[in-house]
Amino acid sequence: MKLTGWGRFPVVETQLRAPRDVAALQAMVTGDEPVIARGNGRSYGDSAVGTHTTLDMRHFDHMLSFDAETGVLVAEAGVLLGDVIDAFLPRGWFPMVTPGTKFVTLGGAIAADVHGKNHHVDGSFGTCVDWIDLMGPDGQIRRISRDDDADLFRHTLGGMGLTGVIVRTAIRLRPVETAWINQTTLPAPDLGTAMDLFEQHAHVPYSVAWIDCMSRGAHLGRSLVMLGDHAKRADLDAKKARTPLDAGHKGALSVPFDFPGFALNRWSVRAFNELYYRVGAWKPTKALVDWDTYFYPLDAVLKWNRIYGRRGFAQFQCVLPLDTARAGLTELLEAIAEAGAGSFLAVLKRFGPQDSAFSFPMEGYTLALDFPMKPHTLPLLDLLDAIAVTHGGRFYLAKDSRMRPDTLREADSRADEFEALREARGLKDHFASAQSERLSL
Amino acid sequence: MTALPVLILGARSDMGLAIAHAFAAAGHPIQLAARGSAGLETARTDLALRHGVEVTLHDFDVLDRDGFDGFLGGLPNLPEVAVSVVGYMGEQAENEQDLAQAALVMRTNYEGPAGILALLANRFEARGSGTLVGVSSVAGDRGRATNYVYGSAKAGFIAFLSGLRNRLAKKGVHVVTVLPGFVNTAMTEGLDLPEKLTAEPSEVGAAVLKAVQKGRNVIYVRRIWWLVMAIIRNIPEAVFKKLKL
Repeated sequence: MKLTGWGRFPVVETQLRAPRDVAALQAMVTGDEPVIARGNGRSYGDSAVGTHTTLDMRHFDHMLSFDAETGVLVAEAGVLLGDVIDAFLPRGWFPMVTPGTKFVTLGGAIAADVHGKNHHVDGSFGTCVDWIDLMGPDGQIRRISRDDDADLFRHTLGGMGLTGVIVRTAIRLRPVETAWINQTTLPAPDLGTAMDLFEQHAHVPYSVAWIDCMSRGAHLGRSLVMLGDHAKRADLDAKKARTPLDAGHKGALSVPFDFPGFALNRWSVRAFNELYYRVGAWKPTKALVDWDTYFYPLDAVLKWNRIYGRRGFAQFQCVLPLDTARAGLTELLEAIAEAGAGSFLAVLKRFGPQDSAFSFPMEGYTLALDFPMKPHTLPLLDLLDAIAVTHGGRFYLAKDSRMRPDTLREADSRADEFEALREARGLKDHFASAQSERLSL
Repeated sequence: MTALPVLILGARSDMGLAIAHAFAAAGHPIQLAARGSAGLETARTDLALRHGVEVTLHDFDVLDRDGFDGFLGGLPNLPEVAVSVVGYMGEQAENEQDLAQAALVMRTNYEGPAGILALLANRFEARGSGTLVGVSSVAGDRGRATNYVYGSAKAGFIAFLSGLRNRLAKKGVHVVTVLPGFVNTAMTEGLDLPEKLTAEPSEVGAAVLKAVQKGRNVIYVRRIWWLVMAIIRNIPEAVFKKLKL
C-alpha cells in the first residue's frame, strides 16, 4: 500500500503490518526483509515508512505499571502521550517533555528524541527515559539503559527506529499541582529582541516564539515570545481551584477535506501573520491557559495536514549553535522572506545544552517552519540547508523528508559513527526506513 | 456504595476491550470474561492503571452451555451492565460445505450469546435492574450470498434481543441491540474496507456507553449504516436475488 508521514510527502509503496503480540513482532523482525517501526505516523517525512515492510506498533498500547511515589510509568511503545496525560494528569502527573502534539507514541518520542518548550531547562525526551526494551535483529528483547549497553541506549534515543524496535519503556513523569499554565506573551519587533527575550527569561521552564517570516528589513524576525510555567493551586481562582487537575474537555475540529492549492499563497499567509502578530501584541500579556491549549494548539484541528492539500508539505527544522545563531537565523529568514514562501507555523526556540549520540538538539537556537509542496519548494529548502550548514547547524530527522545524504554528513559528523554502530551490530540489514535509505544511514 | 461492575463477554476481542475502556473511563469497575482469561492480564493491568478502576478476569466459553451457571456463580457480584461481544465469522465457502463449521458459527453468534444473556436476564429481572447489551451485526438485517450463515445467526440474535427487551421493559431491565457495520478489528484485518463505513473499535466503545447511558434500544455505530441497511432491506426480493452482494 501507499504510505506517507504527516507531511504527506513523499508517498512510499510499502507493506504495512500490524503485529498484535511479541511473537508476531519477532517473526516480522527476523524475516528476510528490513523493517521499520511506525507509531502514530506523526513524523513529517519518511522516517516511519519502510520501502519494504512498515510495522504499525499501535497494538502495543498497554500501560504496565505506575509508581505513584516516583512517577515512573512502564508502558508499551504504542501508548500515546495523550493517553498518558488522560490517565495521570488527574492524579497530578504530567510528561516531563512533550512535543507540540500529544498524538505521538512513546516509541516515536524516544526514536525521534523529541523536544519541548522546556528543552533549555529539562533537555529532550531522553532525559525522562529510564530504560528501553528493544527488540534486536535476532528477535530478542533486551533492556537497555544508561547502565546496560549505554552505547546502544544513547543511539536509540534519536536513532529514528534504526537500532531496533522499541517494545516497552520506563519514563519518569513530573508532579504538577494543576492542569493550567501561566502564560506570558511578549511581542518582539525584530529577531534581536526576540533572542534577547529568550536569554533574559532562560530560567522560565517553557518558552517558544512564533515568528513572522514574511516580514523583512527592520521587522525581520518579528515575533511573539511566549513563556509559561505550570500554575500552582494558589494561582487559580476559587472555581478552578475546586478541580485543579481538570481543565475541562474541549471538542476537536477536523479539517474535512484537502484545501485547494490556491488557498495558501504569500498574500494569505502574510495577512494571517500580520493579524496574528497584531492580536498577540494587543492581547493582555499574562493569561492562565489550560494544558491542552498551551501545549497542543494544533491538535485541536485534527488532520490539519490537509490544509496543505494533496501535494503535502515539507518541514524545515535546523538548530544553530549559540555563537552563529544570530547571523545564521538572519540569513535564513532573509532567504525565506525573499522567496515569499513563509508558512503559518514558524517557530523559534532556545535549546539548552545537550550531549547526545545522534539526537537532534544542541545548545543554540532552533527554527522550524513548513512549506507547502510547490515546484520552488525543494530548491529553497536546499538553499536553507546550505545556510544552516555554513553556520554549523544540524537538522531534525523527524521533520525531514528531502534532505540530501551529503548534506547530512556535512552537517553532522555523528552520522558516520551512527552508521558504523549499525554496521557493527548487524542492524543495517534488519532495520531500514525510506529515510535511512535516502540518507544512506 | 461502590458502583457495580460491567461484564464484558468476549473480552479478548478488539471491540470487547474498547467497550471495557469506554466504561472504565466512565468510572465503572470491569469484569473481563473470555476463554483463557489469564492471557488478558496485560489488558487488565492497562485498564486498571489508566482508569483507576477494579478489573477482574473470568474464564468463559460461549460454547459451554453447561458451564454458564457456574460461570455466573463465580462472578464476585452480579454486574450492573452485561455486554456480549462474542462472535465468529468463519468463511462462508467453508460454512456452505461443512455443517459442523456452520453449526459452530451459528452457536457462537446466536445460541451461546442468547443463552448467557437469558440467564443474566433472569437474574437482572429478579433484582429489578440492569442493562443487557447484545452486539449483533448489520449482516443480520438481510441474508446475503456472501455471509448468510453468519448473518442468519446474527439475525436470530437480533430477534432474541428484541423479544427480551419486550419482555423486560416493565421489569426495570433494559436491552440494547448494537449493530456495528465494518469495524477495524483483528477479524477484518487485511480486508479492503471502505473508510467512511468502517468504525474504529473505540467508536463502538463510545457508542455502546452512550446507548446504555441514554437507554437506547437499537443503535447503528455509524449512522450511515442505518441508511445503507434501509436501502438493502427494501430491495424487492425479485431484484435482490439477482444482485451480487
